[in-house]
Order: sequence, then C-alpha cells, then structure tokens
Amino acid sequence: MNIIVNGEDKEISNTKLHEVLIELGYTGKKLATALNGNFVSIEDRENTALSEGDKIEVLSPQQGG
Amino acid sequence: MKKFYGVKIESQMMLGTSQYPSPSILVSCFKKSKASVATVSLRRESGGNNSGKSFWSIIKDLDVKILPNTAGCYSVKEAITTAHMARDVFDTKWIKLEVIGEEDTLQPDVFGLVEAAKILTEDGFQVFPYTTEDLVVAEKLLNVGCEVLMPWGSPIGSGQGLNNIFGLKALRAHFPDIAMVVDAGLGLPSHAAIAMELGFDAILLNTAIAKAGDPVTMAEAFSHAIISGSLGRKADPMEPREMASPSTPVFGKAFLE
Repeated sequence: MNIIVNGEDKEISNTKLHEVLIELGYTGKKLATALNGNFVSIEDRENTALSEGDKIEVLSPQQGG
Repeated sequence: MKKFYGVKIESQMMLGTSQYPSPSILVSCFKKSKASVATVSLRRESGGNNSGKSFWSIIKDLDVKILPNTAGCYSVKEAITTAHMARDVFDTKWIKLEVIGEEDTLQPDVFGLVEAAKILTEDGFQVFPYTTEDLVVAEKLLNVGCEVLMPWGSPIGSGQGLNNIFGLKALRAHFPDIAMVVDAGLGLPSHAAIAMELGFDAILLNTAIAKAGDPVTMAEAFSHAIISGSLGRKADPMEPREMASPSTPVFGKAFLE
C-alpha cells in the first residue's frame, strides 16, 4: 500500500498506524500523529487503519519560539 | 507575582529554544537567564533520525515549565490539531496559541485566534494566546476562557521593541488582574525593562538572545533588565514633570554675588 508520510511517498506492508510507525523507523515515544489532517492520539494509533493514499504527519519536539 | 493558570513561575523570563548557534549555547542561555519557561514546537520527524528525541533530552534536563506553541499555523483547524498533538507529546495543558494572519508581519489573525481559543479552552487546554494589544480582542479572549494574554511588542523576530506603548499601557490598565506576557519583537534588554515597568508580568523572547553576537551575555543582560523593570514598577515611580525641579535644596545656598 502506498501512503504519504511527512510529504514523502512511502510503500508499506502494515495497515495499522502504530505498526506503520515501527515499520518506517519511528521508534521514539515523543511522537505526535495526524491522519489526513486529523489528530490521532497515542492510544488511538493501535485501532487506526490506513488506506491507500492516506496522508500521515509524524511530528516530534523541536525548537520553538 | 501573578500566577499562570494557577502556576507560580520562578522567574519572569520565558525563553524560546530556536535559532541558537548550538545546543550547548542554548543550555547556557537558559542557565544564565534563569528562564522559568521554555517554548517548544512540533515539526516533522524523519524515521530513524530521532532528532526530536535528542532535542527533547536537552530540554527536559533544563528543569523548566514547557510551553508548546502552534507556530506557523494559519488556520483554526491547523492550530487546534497542532495543539492536540502537542498535548499528546508534551503532556501539558498549556498551549501558546498562534494563529497567524499575515505572512510579512506574522500578525495574529485575531478572529481565528478567538475562535480557536474558545474551542481549545472548552477542550481543557490552558491557552496562552499570542495576540495584539487590541482591547476588544483581549476582552473576547478573556470571555472565551483565557486567563493569560500574550500581546506582541512588535512583529516576531523584528527586534523593534514596543511599537505601541500607548496600546500596551491601555491593555494593562484595563485588565489589571490578568497575567500578561509581552511576547515577540524585543531586541534589547531595555525593551524588556520598559515592558516590566509598564506592569507586565513576564517577557517571552527568543531571537534577541539567540541571534545576539554573544547569546549567553545577552541572556544575562535580559535577565537583569527584567528584574530591574519589575523592581522599578514595584517601587512606585515618580510622576514626570513638565519643568525642572532642583534636587539640591535651595535653602541655605550661599550668596556669592
């Protein structure tokens, strides 16, 4: 299945969001996610199924003013 | 000192974490300034890169309160989604709410700001709205549940200082019991001192320190300025006069003509 993660095309084999994060190397605990512009909490990732063409945002703590 | 959503902060300086020459200089600036709050953001993470993890390990060791922002958001939806993501990651109800309305000045979209503040407050967030000095907007923000206001000094990163002292004075006078932070646009320690002399409760700055030739010394300078301005306010300054008034007594002066 092909999805878009942080603006980049990715081909993935898993379908659940929490599995996809691991598959793509996102192993840290301090990660926030959104699916097609909607927030997905840490608890909800396990039950969030992805579909072809979905857009995922994976964010982490960074510098801010 | 006023509390921020019930929290007493140790110093009246809040400091951004962006644009420092190096992580070690960032840490030194926090230590030297004794800043009590750090602003942070959320940005895209590359898989396996762990840049967020390394940044977070630096920030959590600072032992300061964390204030996540919604910097760069131009719509209510974007700001709300970012706020939820920040609460998930940083485990805090605090959110520095930015809804930007204009690209060149980074001026807040105050209409979107009030709308987003209402939604987030109802959802349990404790909102620090980045706003202008507009009284009507301030009142609407308070009406939707904000307990803190963050008026700008001047456009973000401009270093211009306080562009509308009259407006800031009016804001302070109209809402004397509300915790207020002058956020953005300061360039010099004297700007921070003036803001504190006007009666504001804290200063939030970033670029003025991070982009100084010697950021650590500038952090110390701002720290002193904030304390000086705050003490000056507490000391009840004299009223300015139109004309001179001799400070040395005239009585007892010798006649030497």
